[in-house]
Amino acid sequence: MSILPKTIMLVAALGLAACTNPNRFGSGDDGAGVGATAPVPGIVPGSADDPTSVAHFQQRIGDRVLFLVDQSTLSAEGRVTLDRQAEWLISNSDYLAVIEGHADEQGTREYNLALGARRANAVMEYLVSRGVSANRLKFVSYGKERPLEICSAEACYAKNRRAVTILSAGLSS
Amino acid sequence: MQTRLIPMLIAFLMALLPGFVTAQEPLRLTLDQGVVEPMPYAVPNFVPETSAAMTHAENISRVIAEDLTGTGLFREIPRDAHISGISSFGAPVQFADWKAVNSQALITGAVSTDESGRIIVKFRVWDVFAGQELGQGMQFASTADGWRRLAHKVADQVYARLTGETPYFDSRVVFVSETGPKNERQKRLAVMDYDGSNVQYLTGSQSIVLAPRFSPGGDRVLYTSYETGFPRVHVLTVGDVQSRILQANDGVMSFAPRFSPDGRTVVYSLTQGSNTDIWAMDVASGATRRLSVSPAIETAPSYSPDGSQIVFESDRSGTQQLYIMPAAGGEATRISFGQGRYGTPVWSPRGDLIAFTKQNQGRFHIGVMRTDGSEERLLTASFLDEGPTWAPNGRVLMFARETQGAQGASALYSVDISGRNLKRVRTPAGGSDPSWGPLQ
Repeated sequence: MSILPKTIMLVAALGLAACTNPNRFGSGDDGAGVGATAPVPGIVPGSADDPTSVAHFQQRIGDRVLFLVDQSTLSAEGRVTLDRQAEWLISNSDYLAVIEGHADEQGTREYNLALGARRANAVMEYLVSRGVSANRLKFVSYGKERPLEICSAEACYAKNRRAVTILSAGLSS
Repeated sequence: MQTRLIPMLIAFLMALLPGFVTAQEPLRLTLDQGVVEPMPYAVPNFVPETSAAMTHAENISRVIAEDLTGTGLFREIPRDAHISGISSFGAPVQFADWKAVNSQALITGAVSTDESGRIIVKFRVWDVFAGQELGQGMQFASTADGWRRLAHKVADQVYARLTGETPYFDSRVVFVSETGPKNERQKRLAVMDYDGSNVQYLTGSQSIVLAPRFSPGGDRVLYTSYETGFPRVHVLTVGDVQSRILQANDGVMSFAPRFSPDGRTVVYSLTQGSNTDIWAMDVASGATRRLSVSPAIETAPSYSPDGSQIVFESDRSGTQQLYIMPAAGGEATRISFGQGRYGTPVWSPRGDLIAFTKQNQGRFHIGVMRTDGSEERLLTASFLDEGPTWAPNGRVLMFARETQGAQGASALYSVDISGRNLKRVRTPAGGSDPSWGPLQ
C-alpha cells in the first residue's frame, strides 16, 4: 500500500506519460503538454514551469475538484480552483477540455454513472459561467469504474469523488 | 377458519417431509414453503451403449448431479453407497436396493454415439418408494461439443418433474469478465452456461463495457461501451458477435439499457446536462421517446413481464428509491419505503416480485419485495452486493459481490429467493453485471 503512491510520483517525476492519455483518468502523472507557444529562455517547454503546458495546468492551476458523498455541489475551494482553470483556459484558447466525473465505490453502477455526470456537468457549467466557450468543453462520467485510490476507506473515497479537467490539443494546434 | 386449516396442515406436513406423499400422488417437492431438507436422489452412472460414449456417460451423469444438488433442493446419495448399479437401460429397477439407501428419486440413463459423432442420451426418472416411473422416458441428441447442454436438458426434466416448476439449467448468462486491480480493471463482455462453464468472450478489453442485458430470446445483448470515449448503448448479435451503437447523439451519455418483453423496444437512461432520464427506443425505427421528466436521476429501468409497466430507480425524493410507472411513461408510484437506498430493480419473470440492491448503514444487500413494495426480504449482506438478475423460472437470483479493500475483486454469486443456497458461480476470472438469459 505505501509503495504505490511513491511509484506514481516517480513516474510523474520522470515525465514518462504523454499529454492527455485517456487511460490515465486524471491520476496526475501526465508529464509534458502540447505547449504551442515559442519557448521562453530558461524554461523547458512542456514542463510545469511552462505556463502554457498541460503539466502546468495539472500541477499549478489544479486540474480537479472533489465532492462530498452523493453531492455534486461545488465547494468554495473547488470554485477557487475552477476560477483558475477558467482563466487559464481563456488565455490558452488552443486547448479543448473534457471534464471527467467520478464517484466512489459506495453506490450502484448506474446511479454512480449518473452522479459522475452531475459532478462533471457542474464543473462544465461553472467554467462556462466564468467565460470559457461551451463549444470547447465536453463532459463524461466514469461512475465508479476508474477509482484513483483503491482502499475501501473514506481517505480513498474522498479522492475518488472527483471531476478532472482533461486537456487536449484544439483544432488550431 | 376450518376451510383454511386443511391446506395449511398439508403444507406443514409437506414442509416437514419433503417429497413424502401418498402412493397415489406423484413424487413432488413443493417449493412454496421453502425447502429445508433436500430430497435424496441417486443418479448412477449412465450406461455407455457404445465404446465412444464411455466418457460422455460419466460426464453427463456428473453434470446432472451438479445441477440438481447445486439447487440446494436435492441431495445426492453418493455412488459408493449404491447397492445395485444400472447395467442396462432396459433392465428392471431394483427398487428395494434404492429404498434401502433412502433414495426417493432415481435417475437412470444411457448414452450412445452415432456414426456422425452425435451423442444421444436417454433417461428415465423413478419414484422409488412408489415403485413407479415419474413421467416418461425421453432422449436428447447433440453434437459432441454440446454434451453439457444434454446433461442440463436431462436435469431440467428431472427438476420439472420433481418440483412442478419450470427449470433453468439449460440457460446462459451474459456478464462482464473482470481482471486486474481496481484502478486498472479490464472488462470484457462474456457469455457462459448458467453454471460458469463454456465461457466465450464477446468483446476485447480495449474499452470499458458495462451491464450487458440479454434479449428475451437470448439472440441479442444490449450493453454500455466507452468505445467512442463516452458511454453509449450498443446492441450485439450473439450469433455473429457483431455490435452497433444504438443511440448516437454526439456528446450524450446513454446507459442502463434493457429490452421490453417482446424484444422490440429498448428502455435506457440518457444524460443531458446534469439530468438523467429514462427513454424508450423502437429498435426497428430508432424512434425515441422520453418516459420520465424530472430533474432527478432516473435510471435502471426494467419492464414487467407483460410489458405494461416499468420499475426504475430515482433520487427525486432525495435518495435512491424504487418507482413504478406505465410503460408509456407518466405518473410514477414509489414502492420502496424501508431504511436506506434502493437501486437496480429487476422485475421477476413470474411478475410477482421485484429484486433490488439495497444500501443501508454501509452494507449492501440483494433483496426482493412484492410489486407494491410489501414483504421486503433481504437475501444477502456484504460489503458490496449489487445488480441481481433472475433465473428464467424466477426462483434464483445471480448478482455480483465485490470484496473490500485494495485487493478487492468482483465475483458472481447466486442465491435462492428463500435466501438459502448462497454460492459462488465458478467463472475463470472475476465477474460482474450478470444477465440471465432464457431457457434454451
